[in-house]
Amino acid sequence: MKVYYDLHIHSALSPCADDDMTPNNIINMALLKGLDVIAVTDHNTTKNIKTIYELGEAKGIKIIPGIEVQTKEEVHLLCYFYNLKECLAFGDIVYKNLPNIKNNIRIFGRQLVMDINDDIVFEENKLLLVSSNLTINDIFNLVGKKGAVVPAHVDRSSYSIIYNLGFIPYIKNLKAIEISNYIDKESFLKVNKDLTKYKIIISSDAHHLGRISERINSIECNDFNNILEWLST
Amino acid sequence: MIVKDIICDDFELACGYGGIDKMVNGVYLCDLLSFVISHAKSGNVWITIQTHINIVAVAVLTGISCIIIPESESIQNDTIEKANKENIPIFKYNGSSYDAAIKLYEMMK
Repeated sequence: MKVYYDLHIHSALSPCADDDMTPNNIINMALLKGLDVIAVTDHNTTKNIKTIYELGEAKGIKIIPGIEVQTKEEVHLLCYFYNLKECLAFGDIVYKNLPNIKNNIRIFGRQLVMDINDDIVFEENKLLLVSSNLTINDIFNLVGKKGAVVPAHVDRSSYSIIYNLGFIPYIKNLKAIEISNYIDKESFLKVNKDLTKYKIIISSDAHHLGRISERINSIECNDFNNILEWLST
Repeated sequence: MIVKDIICDDFELACGYGGIDKMVNGVYLCDLLSFVISHAKSGNVWITIQTHINIVAVAVLTGISCIIIPESESIQNDTIEKANKENIPIFKYNGSSYDAAIKLYEMMK
């Protein structure tokens, strides 16, 4: 079956995302857009994931638990998990490996943890838009068989594995890459022929509700767990 | 020395004019923003090849007085807009980071 996805969405916990990227708003918008599966991948934290996951189950949309880690090399990696518990445990590890820099709300925005009613339960004070102490290799090793790791928006000139390292290193489970949804995939691959060996996913990186993907990008699979297998093998 | 004293043929001020009266104190070179956040000092001139909007946020957070972009790299439009809003002067320089640092050293002597 074809499943339509957006596997890179930010909630209001990511400082750069709108405060109205609430659990209910994200899921309602995803349903409106006709998506079958989404992943909310906040910067260096999973504190909104349990709420979003449970809400997704209740409202009938599949949620893949995930997080967008910023590595020591300042590269963004999307980490997806087969199960919620593993994702939350990983989120704790990443959080503990962040430097202690206080958020500045005026510059970066608010970092909001919300409940199932979109009420703010906690405002995160540690700045999340930072590099963790974990390298690209650390992240791949930590996630291991528990899920899949996909370098984010490799086409961009910021926080991209290609831009920061100059190339994509050989890593056993690095089988898929993400490109931005505003570039032309075919033209990009024509110019970057060496990238055709990777599976390509295209998501929105939405920081505002309207930017969540339309029902455009799909993956062929028998069930949702196959998605992560496909991304990592 | 203040930011205004850096303006010359070599260092072209691209935006952030509102901040040119800031005091300048030392130079810092680094392209990893997280490193800059933890190591740059208030008043530093920051030389970096990064041109995305977050460099302005980092400058405001750390008290960096101005930013120099070497290698004739073009600065993104949203970065220019933010720099103007936050009064963070950003200069363009045609040579390498090393050359820019040497020139600044000479100016600051």
